[in-house]
This record gives sequence, C-alpha cells and structure tokens, in this order.
Amino acid sequence: MSRRILVGCKRVIDYAVKIRVKPDKTGVVTEGVKHSMNPFDEIALEEAIRLKEKKIASEIVVVSCGPSQCQETLRTALAMGADRGIHVEVPNPEYEGLQPLAVARILQRLSEREKIDIVILGKQAIDDDCNQTGQILSGMLDWPIGTFVSKVEVEGERINLTREIDGGLEEISVGIPCVITADLRLNEPRYATLPNIMKAKKKKLDVCKPGDLGVDITPRLIVVSVEEPPVREAGVKVEDAQSLFDVLKKEGHFN
Amino acid sequence: MSTWLRLLNSWKLQTRFTLLNHINCIRYSSRISDELLDKARSIVGDNNFTISEAARLLHGRDESYHVPLPPDLILFPTSTKQVSEIAKLCTIHKIPMIPFGTGTGLEGGVGATRGGVTLNMTRMDQILEVSTDDLFATVRPGVTRSRLNNHIRDTGMWFPIDPGADASLCGMVVTSASGTNAVRYGTMKENVINMEVVLANGDVINTSGTDCRAKKSSAGYNLTGLFVGCEGTLGIMTAATLRLYGIPESVSSAVCSFPSVYDAISTATMVIQAGIPVARLEFLDDVMMSACNKYSGLSYDETASLFLEFHGSSNSVEEQAELAKEIAKDNNSGEFQWTTDPEERSRLWKARHDALYASKALLPGCEVYITDVCVPMSNLPDVIVKSKQAISESGCIAPIVGHVGDGNFHCCFLLKPGDNEELKKVREIAMWMGRLAISARGTCTGEHGVGRGKIQLVQEQYGEDGISLMRNIKFALDPDNIMNPGKVITL
Repeated sequence: MSRRILVGCKRVIDYAVKIRVKPDKTGVVTEGVKHSMNPFDEIALEEAIRLKEKKIASEIVVVSCGPSQCQETLRTALAMGADRGIHVEVPNPEYEGLQPLAVARILQRLSEREKIDIVILGKQAIDDDCNQTGQILSGMLDWPIGTFVSKVEVEGERINLTREIDGGLEEISVGIPCVITADLRLNEPRYATLPNIMKAKKKKLDVCKPGDLGVDITPRLIVVSVEEPPVREAGVKVEDAQSLFDVLKKEGHFN
Repeated sequence: MSTWLRLLNSWKLQTRFTLLNHINCIRYSSRISDELLDKARSIVGDNNFTISEAARLLHGRDESYHVPLPPDLILFPTSTKQVSEIAKLCTIHKIPMIPFGTGTGLEGGVGATRGGVTLNMTRMDQILEVSTDDLFATVRPGVTRSRLNNHIRDTGMWFPIDPGADASLCGMVVTSASGTNAVRYGTMKENVINMEVVLANGDVINTSGTDCRAKKSSAGYNLTGLFVGCEGTLGIMTAATLRLYGIPESVSSAVCSFPSVYDAISTATMVIQAGIPVARLEFLDDVMMSACNKYSGLSYDETASLFLEFHGSSNSVEEQAELAKEIAKDNNSGEFQWTTDPEERSRLWKARHDALYASKALLPGCEVYITDVCVPMSNLPDVIVKSKQAISESGCIAPIVGHVGDGNFHCCFLLKPGDNEELKKVREIAMWMGRLAISARGTCTGEHGVGRGKIQLVQEQYGEDGISLMRNIKFALDPDNIMNPGKVITL
C-alpha cells in the first residue's frame, strides 16, 4: 500500500539568529541573515522519510513557497531523503504578504494535482507562529487532520496519531487521505550528509507560480507595525519582607 | 567580617596562602591604578568593563579543583584591535593578561595567580567564514563547538572534536583539546589550519600566513603548532580556522565486555592495527560498568568493556563492526552487540553517555576530580591495572573511563565536599599517576592541559634541557611574563 506524501518546507530565519526589528517598524531584518528550513518542517520531513523507509510511502514531494532562495531549502530536503521538489515562486516583495490562507490554497491545488495521500506539515512556522496552514488546508480538502502530533502509527488504511494537548496526550485515529501537523517531540531529524547533498543535485525540482495553480495570493491581513518588546529596566533592592510587600502593594499587584 | 566568613564557607578548599590571596582580591586591589582603569575602559567601552566582585569571582574559576583566583579587572573586547591595544597597555604597565573563554577548563588555567586583567573573549563571537569546497570554518573565540556545528548543519559538514563540554573552539585550541572522536579525526593539533594571535607587544599575527587556507604548508616555522596548547602563555587567540569533515553517511555503534583489562585493551590495539577506521573507541572499567547499571537500571556485564562507534557508508559501517566483532572474539569477549538504528545505538551507548552522572551517583553530593594521562597503547593495560591497584589501596572510589584508541584514560575520583584529607590523598595519587605515565613513555596530560597543577610533572617529562628551551621561547615572546603567568611552566 504505497502512499504519496507532501511535505511543506518553509524557509525561515534560522532559529539561532538574534532577530532585529527594522527601524521603519514594518518587519524584521532579513537581508544577509542566515535562513534555514523551519524546524517543525524538518521534523515533518523526517517522519515522511521514516514512513518511506518502512515502505508505507513510496514517494515524498516537498514544496516551498517564496523567493528563489527557497530552492536551497528544497535541496536540503532532497538531501535528507525527499524524492522531488516543487518551488512555488513568489518573489520579494510580494513574499512579505504571503499568508497561511494563500499557502493552504496552494497546497490544496498541489495535493489534488499530485494525487497526494498524506500531507505532513510543521505545526507552525517560527517566524510568524501562525499555526494555521494545516488546519485551513484540511478544511479546504475536507480531509481529517491531526495537529501537534508526537507519534504516528500506520495501521492498514488508518493512522493512529498521538497529539500533544494541554491536559496530556490524546490518541486519535484518522483515515487516509489526511493532514498531519508535526510537533517537537515527534522525532529527531537527520542531518543531510555531504554525499546525499551531492546526490540531491540530480533530483527533480520543478518551478511554478501561484497563478499557474489559479491561486490569488493577495494578503488579507495587513501588518500595522512590528516593535521590539520593552527594554528590561533595572530592578530595585529592598531591605526586608515588609518593604517588598509595600512596593508590590503600591504597584497594584494585590487587589 | 560576615562577608569574609560567608565566602570562606562557600569555598570548600582553602590553604593559608590562597586565603590571603582571596582576601586581597575581595577587597578591590589597588594593583591597577585608577588611571589604568580609565585607559582600559576607554579601549573597550563602559559596557565591556567590570570590576564587580561577582564577575571577578566568576572569572577566577573553571571546572577544576583548583582554588579560584580572581583577577582585578575583566574586559570584554569586541575586536582584535581592542585586544591589541589592551596588550600594549598591559605590557607598558606590566599587568598580567589572562584570556577567558567558556570557563570549562579542567586544570585551573584561568586563575589569576598574580591578579591582573582577564580578557573575556566571548563577545567576539562571529563565525567569520565557512567553506564547503575547502572544508574549513574561521571562528572567533566566542564561538562554541555546538554553535558552529549548528550553524553548518545544513551544509553536510561538522567539526567532530568533542571534549564533552560545550567549550569555546579557540579555548580548545589553546589547551590542545581532544575528545572521543580523536582516534579517527585527530585532536585540535591536527585540525587548525591558521590562527590569528595577539602577542604581548600588541602585534597581530596569522600563524600560517596572513590569509592562508591551504591544507598543508612548508612555509616558515610551525607557528600554528607553537600556539596550539600554549594555554594563553605565549599570546591571545582572536580567531581560528578549523578543518571540517563531512557528516558520516552512516553510523554503527557497538558494545562488548571482556574478562580482563588486558583483553579489552588488546582488542582495541588490534582494531587499530587492522586498519579499521574506528571513530570512537572507549573503555569503561568494572567499577564504571557497575555504577552505570545501578544508575540506569541496566544489566551490562560488570567487567572491563569497550564501546565502539564506526562511521562511513552503510556497507562500510557493517563491515567495520563485523571485523571488530571477530577481533573481540579472539580476545575472549562476551557478547558483541552492534546496531545502526539511532534509538538502539543510544540504548547500547547509554552507559558511556551517563558515565559521569553514574559515577557521581555512587556518592551522592560528591564532587569529581578527574585525572588525565596518556601512554602508548602497548603500556596501557599495565598502567591502568597499576592505577586501579593504587585506587583500591587508597580506599577511594574512582571509576575509570578511557579513550583507549589514543592510550588516554581518566580516573573519576569521588570526593566529599570539604574533605581536605581525601583531596590531599587524591592529589598525591594523581601526581603518582602522572609519573607512572611518564615512566611508561607516556605524557602527564593527554588532553586537559597543564594549567597550574601539572607544572612539576611537565618538568619531569621534559627534563632540564627541554624546559630550558620552553623558557627561552616564553622569554622571547613574553619577556615580562604577563601572558597568563604561573601556567604550563615556571620561569
């Protein structure tokens, strides 16, 4: 029973980078800053690769939407073990307006065109923290979805998913086709090795535009301003517990 | 008075001399004049300057057993130019300069034996250059091993030298650090292509040539070799260009037990002689294996054991493991287990990973004094057996872990905090072990460096003529003895 899996690989600012807000407050500085694959997407891809290694999936298609540098992200995905890549080209500055609603529509069209059985996405991107694309996509495709998944077990025609929720762990069962969004503890992604990076250069990478898929990517939300959090002020030392209580009371921390 | 007592209680080991030194350092010392402080402050800026007691106490210590020796002043330079200007200032006024990285050293190398200026190098933290074609990365002292590996993770490359702690890479260079991977990838000595060093007089040099990135060179004296392992006594590192390697395609891990230390080490020797490019070859003695079983609820054989790791293509790692298995069998091994599965590999190697914690759990609340010697592999079984004998005669608990592919091993002495008698005993055994290693054609320190504690042993290892040459070199580069004084050699 071989399935085709679609994995979304978003190119984001690397998690180790110190973010700086642009002086004009329209966003963060991205020029010359290190970018890499969204960590949750790496986890999603790793799960897809493990399903392929278990012979549950036969092909992994990776997708990235954005400027030309997204092809680097796709090459990394191919080096990790994906079979082919699709770059949906959205150049700067339109890319700054690309939001989950449009991305979900793009993924819907691709899932239909490529006859996908399982879509695995990261639960959210670390730049916008939207946590929406998987959910919107499942609505558009009318497929069941498991979000914040920390365990995937395929049983014949169904998949048992363990979800991380506030109260603990929830186990659900979904049919195929379905959408899964990956949480942190699902797995530990592999590194792309140099030999695999070289082999990946020969794998197929197609380019298309949102228009080719009939998708209008006009942003529906407008960012009004982006600001840094307030600078931490120096603390105040007090002599004893009574003084501490007095200060806290004065600042209105007790009702 | 109460501050004095509080500090006295919090430092568990005191000798009279160092106590006086502490008192001098607690009350801010007038070794450095206000005028000098202002000049130093103007070089680095207000934010990169501190004389606070907390900072000074922090910068006088590392992770060794040596008593903390705080400096008078800490500067956080942010450029090579600043380091050079600080050096010029300190040379004129004869103020000691001590470089400080992550403070994870094990031999007391950051202690300010005569006070002075500590240069905390961690704010120089750029990764200057990474080349996938030439397999190198150039980093500043504030870059740690794990940060570099994180940064290059999607290039398919890694920097394999892993001393255990998340140390500053430049700190690893100046202590000539090594790690579990050294048997295949070498130590820092083999992995530095070029270094930028600031000398005592403020000169900035590149040890292989101004912009050289060639893999090998016959040009001029081996300056790179001179500064690797100098522990800050000849110059201050401000950048290092390091060799990178391809992340292995496949990894297999193995573990197997032996009835005796001899059998285990013989196996290790033969694995290397057979040309198997083993990537990690670790030895744990029976005390350590028993500690691991207790700590993790496992059921390893409680005898001398080897933990092996192989890197390569998927065919290669299978081949290497099978060949090692044959060799182990010829040496009376117990069951040889090996696997390529990541979760299984973690399970097999759990004992090795938990070794330090398992040791500490044998004596809850204890601290660990770790020894470090390295001998030719042919003498290793003998040295280990004699060391174990000395340990058992002393009544101390000291599980042993060793990078036996290099002939290097560590005894982890467990000490109750504040037990000065025990500490004295352990220090004596450690000195004795150093001498034993030297007499077995080995070295008194394989990878931790000399710091303050092994100066005497280095003298014994080299003899008068050898030490005399080192003194001449030191005098040529640092005539006023301000570069991390009191370390490596005495003058």
